[in-house]
Amino acid sequence: MRARSRDALRALAPIILALLLGGVILAALGRDPILFYTRVLNRTVFNASGLQEVAVLMAPLLLIAASLIVCFRAGLWNLGIDGQFLLAAVFVAAYGPALVTALPYWVAICALMLLAAGVAAAWAALPALLRAWHGVNEIISTLMMSFLAFSLSAFLVKTYFGDPENTVPQTLVLPVEDRLPRIAESLVHVGVVFAVLAVLVVHLVMTRTAFGLRLRIVGHNPRAAEHVGLHVPRLTLAVFGISAALAGLGGAIEILGVRGVVRADWHPGFGLLVVPLVFLARFHGVAVIGFVAFFAVLTIGGESAARRADLPNHFLLVMMAMILGILALVDHLAARAKERG
Amino acid sequence: MDTLLTTAFMTAFIAGTIAATLPLLLAGLGEQMSEKAGVLNLGLEGMMLVGAFAGFAVALESGSFTLGFLAGIAGGMAVAALMVLACVVLPLNQIVIGIGITLGMQGATSLAHHVMYSESYPRLPRQPEFAVPLLSEIPVLGASLFTQNPVVWLSFALVAVMAWLYRATNIGLNLSAAGEKPAALDLAGVGITLTRSAAVLTTGALAGLAGAYMANIGAGLFVPFMTNGAGFMAIVLAMLARGRPGWVLGGALLVGVATSLTTALQVAGLNIPTDLVQMLPFIMIMIVLTIFGRRAGLPAALGHPYLRGAR
Repeated sequence: MRARSRDALRALAPIILALLLGGVILAALGRDPILFYTRVLNRTVFNASGLQEVAVLMAPLLLIAASLIVCFRAGLWNLGIDGQFLLAAVFVAAYGPALVTALPYWVAICALMLLAAGVAAAWAALPALLRAWHGVNEIISTLMMSFLAFSLSAFLVKTYFGDPENTVPQTLVLPVEDRLPRIAESLVHVGVVFAVLAVLVVHLVMTRTAFGLRLRIVGHNPRAAEHVGLHVPRLTLAVFGISAALAGLGGAIEILGVRGVVRADWHPGFGLLVVPLVFLARFHGVAVIGFVAFFAVLTIGGESAARRADLPNHFLLVMMAMILGILALVDHLAARAKERG
Repeated sequence: MDTLLTTAFMTAFIAGTIAATLPLLLAGLGEQMSEKAGVLNLGLEGMMLVGAFAGFAVALESGSFTLGFLAGIAGGMAVAALMVLACVVLPLNQIVIGIGITLGMQGATSLAHHVMYSESYPRLPRQPEFAVPLLSEIPVLGASLFTQNPVVWLSFALVAVMAWLYRATNIGLNLSAAGEKPAALDLAGVGITLTRSAAVLTTGALAGLAGAYMANIGAGLFVPFMTNGAGFMAIVLAMLARGRPGWVLGGALLVGVATSLTTALQVAGLNIPTDLVQMLPFIMIMIVLTIFGRRAGLPAALGHPYLRGAR
């Protein structure tokens, strides 16, 4: 029990320290820090619709987190998540409106989810093959595929997938009544539940199953994995496939649940923000839900508080950076304390 | 095709190519040094942004482009000092800290821009250029090719200097050892902390200069997030170059040509989708990876902090 409360303290102390430091910066800029943080909380935690917005924002982030947990635990750097996410979102937005009218609703939704997972996995196939068979560094290849996906998505939205009736380059809009059903009249759609379940399932698979154990062995020591008879290239392909598919599902949920449309210049770039959260949760599926929730609160509450304080909302990036720095430092100090007993 | 060969087209094309290539080249050369020494510096984008902001602010205040470039270098090095503290002196996770630095500096420069310039949006006047005697008088292309800001000449010279440094000096050897087998370098009596710190600070200086070039010469003003992923491109170029400065130049030129081709073709009245042309450099890189990518080209200890006595 003491160990658990110490873990919780280790996770919370950096956040508190960063909030304090952020307060100092706010005060230096002549803004009232207490008012700022009160507004963040009032906009989110103490506000029914704000809380629902937080949950909605968490859905794509959680699926990206699940995607990263799979590849990080297996020791692979799939940094192409942003491209996989965006390309899947573009395909779902392009085929969504037609499919929901042609097929029974849930059949169409399942087909769209499969389409998203398939597109994303296909986009990861080349880096995966290069890594599995030639040992080509996957950081480079996935980043390259991500840049490619951004341009390809913009091209597709402006041409084949575009709505010719619209002057702004964008896809057809999925009508609001065809988006994922909401829970109990709230803003929260069923995709949020799906995302939470996905993270939990990924966590259980990675920590409690033989398949997860194999992946973790590959992650810890690929040569040892060869020695115990694991087929490392095949597992590498599986990891890339699963990881990309989860990122693609994130894109699908964002379109089907919230947006209903992709504009040519839409480019959320969630991936880079989720990478540190996953690291800080130490690839733990339950802990990452907490970090993602905190991040969502800070994003939604901070955006409104920053606007009211006449600050650019990029101020939040400074806070995120401080949290990351302090967390990394606390981790290091705790590890050293443990070493010394 | 007549339009393709007009002086106006070629001038726009060459100017665009250099404007797009130079930041990638400088930042890529910097990243290459830090990677060689075993530090994966994902804070490159943040260092470029701070260099851009500091360079712009000082050039605007002082009216001197030289001071602006020096301020850009200093700004980049200041951010690099944070990286040194966290990832060389302390063994913190390089990827987490690198992403943190990029996010934090994106926020900090955008905040500083908001406080200082959001009402006036000042611009810099056109910069002084240096024309190479004789060569710049070649008809048609001479003027656009050989009349450039001195920083451009310096950067191209730097490619040769770096190549010499890595191939023929002890410093180059020490850098490689710090990245491949830090324990061996430590045994030989050379400080890993010193070697890696110097490498990361140099990275910061070059990234800062790259940013200052982008703001002061490329754009003539500072806009939040203006580096727009150039830092990450530079990281990839550095990784692909496998320690060869000439390859960074080649890669940066490839991307620069593709970027500038789009704009230049539009100037010439040809309507090729921008998005497709922008895909060209990445497609080329993927082809290169597929054909030649068999051998891993990254230093063995890249991304790992060095702890004496640890296994």
